[in-house]
Amino acid sequence: MQKKTSNLHAKFNAFVSTEGFKSFASSIMAIIFGLAVGFVMLIFANSKYAFDGLIALLTGGFADGMKSLGNVFYLATPIIMTGLSVGFAFKTGLFNIGGSGQYLVGAFVGIYISATWTFIPSSVLWIVALAGSALAGALWAFVPGLLKATRNVNEVITAIMMNYIGVYLVNHLIPLSPIYDSTRNQTVPPRSYIPRAGLDLIFPDSSISASILIAIACVVIVYIVLNKTTFGYELKACGYNQNAGKYAGINEKKCIILSMVIAGALSGLAGGLAHLANTGKYISVVDVLPQDGFDGIAVALLGLSNPGGIFLAGTFIAYLRQGGFFMQRYGYVTEVINIIIATIIYCSAFSAAFKNILTKIKSKKNNKEQKKVAGEEK
Amino acid sequence: MDYIIEMLNITKTFPGIIANDSVNLLVKKGEIHALLGENGAGKSTLMSILFGMYQPDKGEIKINGQPVKIKDPNDANRLGIGMVHQHFKLVGNFSVLENIVLGAEDTKMGVLQLKEAREKVMELSTQYRLMVDPDSKIDDITVGMQQRVEILKMIYRDNDILIFDEPTAVLTPQEIEELIKIMRKLAQEGKSIIFITHKLNEIKQVADRCTILRKGKYIDTVDVSKTTAEEMSEMMVGRKVQLQVSKEDANPGEAVLSVKDLCLKTNKNAQKNKLNNVTFDVKKGEILCIAGIDGNGQTELAYALSGIMPISSGTVTLNGEDISKASIRSRSVKGISHIPQDRHKDGLVLEYSLEENLILQEYFTPKFQKKGLLQFDKIRENATKLIEQFDIRSGQGPITTVRSMSGGNQQKAIIAREITKDPDLLIAVQPTRGLDVGAIEYIHSKIVEQRDNGKAVLLISLELDEVMNLSDRILVIYEGEIVGEFDPKQVDVKELGLYMAGSKKMEVK
Ligand SMILES: Nc1ncnc2c1ncn2[C@@H]1O[C@H](COP(=O)(O)OP(=O)(O)OP(=O)(O)O)[C@@H](O)[C@H]1O
Ligand SMILES: [Mg+2]
Repeated sequence: MQKKTSNLHAKFNAFVSTEGFKSFASSIMAIIFGLAVGFVMLIFANSKYAFDGLIALLTGGFADGMKSLGNVFYLATPIIMTGLSVGFAFKTGLFNIGGSGQYLVGAFVGIYISATWTFIPSSVLWIVALAGSALAGALWAFVPGLLKATRNVNEVITAIMMNYIGVYLVNHLIPLSPIYDSTRNQTVPPRSYIPRAGLDLIFPDSSISASILIAIACVVIVYIVLNKTTFGYELKACGYNQNAGKYAGINEKKCIILSMVIAGALSGLAGGLAHLANTGKYISVVDVLPQDGFDGIAVALLGLSNPGGIFLAGTFIAYLRQGGFFMQRYGYVTEVINIIIATIIYCSAFSAAFKNILTKIKSKKNNKEQKKVAGEEK
Repeated sequence: MDYIIEMLNITKTFPGIIANDSVNLLVKKGEIHALLGENGAGKSTLMSILFGMYQPDKGEIKINGQPVKIKDPNDANRLGIGMVHQHFKLVGNFSVLENIVLGAEDTKMGVLQLKEAREKVMELSTQYRLMVDPDSKIDDITVGMQQRVEILKMIYRDNDILIFDEPTAVLTPQEIEELIKIMRKLAQEGKSIIFITHKLNEIKQVADRCTILRKGKYIDTVDVSKTTAEEMSEMMVGRKVQLQVSKEDANPGEAVLSVKDLCLKTNKNAQKNKLNNVTFDVKKGEILCIAGIDGNGQTELAYALSGIMPISSGTVTLNGEDISKASIRSRSVKGISHIPQDRHKDGLVLEYSLEENLILQEYFTPKFQKKGLLQFDKIRENATKLIEQFDIRSGQGPITTVRSMSGGNQQKAIIAREITKDPDLLIAVQPTRGLDVGAIEYIHSKIVEQRDNGKAVLLISLELDEVMNLSDRILVIYEGEIVGEFDPKQVDVKELGLYMAGSKKMEVK
């Protein structure tokens, strides 16, 4: 009997020391830390309803049952995609800070195609439009990739420049194009939407569509590419050690460019998925970079760049956004809510730091146990 | 007699392995104390503990009789401990001078005082005959020079306990002579030195005492003058080791590799060629050795032949086919294997696991992939086989992160991968760098076996022992040119040395 429990104990210990568990636990710790800081901020903003506000934030995602949950997935879709984009680039040794620009040009091209390419039947037009989004994002990331590969220009700088080029170009193009609604200074609605694929039956009255399924498919594909294919093996090898990649006969320049292009396509697709979901989302002509691109960085950090982790992280942040909605009941203005959510996201991004702490604690504990055992021996 | 360092009952475990198992190390003031042990025996780990990079699980450290806790390298520095790491820790795009002062910067009101530092560095550099150029970038200088920078770094900090983790593995015989002189001088000045090396003759030459480890366990500390090299190697490996390679005479066939008038410039505006009109053949069934002092074009030659560096002019022919412009990949597929000089820079992806590194040259072949998907069972099988065959030791076998492996075992992984590719031409640059005597014995026998199977081997080595021992034919390279061709049986080390130093030269066709 005792043997059995100690066996279980050993198994549990082995599980607890796996990389996967450590990653998960550290993300959870980071989230709890973020929530604690967020709670403190709530107290500062309005101490009377701080607790109610926190409850609303945490339960809002379920407040209206399946409807809220459906909206959570709707909100999660673009940030999962931009998170994947950042995470994918990161795993291959690049930092894609250009998600915002890629997202915006993706959104623009998606709307443009779906609103103007009337020669394609509207039942399949959305597919073409999404492909256009992905291509546009890919193109936007191709430039930093090319410059990095051939001229060794840091991709962070060029990607930020591409972000601004994206904003100003889109703002310039919209008024010139047939998709401009001049009275509202924004884009017209698309003509073809991503179908709901029956999800509206499970999540009635929500904004959910097949977008989330596409996002999930991307999560799975990115996971497979990174971990199971020779292509992913090459990309990661070059990301970790460019010289070794070259030595092994891998075309390291091609790897850098392809990594960026794929990351860009994911962000571009994010823009398309967000704007073709039949929720009335539009691009307004203002000189602001879309938030979803930057959220991707937080999502990737919280998810430790693992596709599965990114899915959970994106869903979690969307869940908070949905919950934040309900905080208005307690008199919190949207700005405050946004600050609090941002704080939580910001703190959650420390999950890598928590992972280190966890490893340290674990090794300390091991030491102690060994000391104990050694003591008993004596 | 008082000890300056006492490491008592030090135990350190890593996942899957006890790197140090109750190890004792007692070093006297002013002595040169050698630390000997097989690859993975735990030498670097023990020194990293002394240097504050790892915390021991158990055990005690005393410096000058005082118990101390060394939490990080800064603590170690304060206690006067300096270390030259097995894999140097220099900042590649910093200058030599910046690297030396890094972490011990002199500032006046927040402004870096490089002028005084430069004077001190230059003074020490001449005093110890280290001959470093303070303004070169680390990335641009040879490994030997990088090492001297590391040494200078310790002396600059006035450390009086100096740890040398395999300093001679990367040096030429001349440089080793110099280093040994430097170590003697330092010891005479009262500094205590811990010296890790796999070369027993070096231990015999400079060390006063030697502590031997085997598989993490403390074996013994012996008086070097009273112990023979054979006894020490037996204590460390646990069996008798044959230090001389036994091989039959070569039976060379037709040329596998022909190099003709090869010239190479590292950058377009360089005045001098790194390689100048290099012409030679490597034949089937022979081991051709390129001997020379580090930095005379050997690195570039290996890079040029494997395709990593483009050549400026000349031709390279493999099995009758012109490959002068072929890509790295196609040369590899056509039958060239390359054991690179710098295992961390080129040879390994340190973040990858051992099994992933073992397929680095062949992951794309049908052996390991199907329709672009990696075949993990085959990869595991391959790793298990090579680990067993080449005795690659690590904590967790195939899934060990290569970064955590000992230097010698990292090297064995590369050799295993390149040899089992069964190439027509094996380019081996310093293949036994950092290997213990047992492993060298095995690797040498593998290289000879490769030759006996009718393959061509191009050995580029700085170690004359290895050159004399292993080669069937020797070419000497000096300033990018081949200056001599020899039969190892008819030349002695002294004569070779003259050619290597550029004081003699012959016309080689
Ligand atoms: N950071 C680490 N994490 C996990 N295992 C480690 C780590 N460092 C060392 N090891 C393991 O501990 C053992 C001893 O390694 P160490 O580097 O001390 O060997 P060594 O005696 O210096 O060998 P070599 O002569 O090859 O340099 C090795 O099996 C190695 O795999
Ligand atoms: Mg070592």
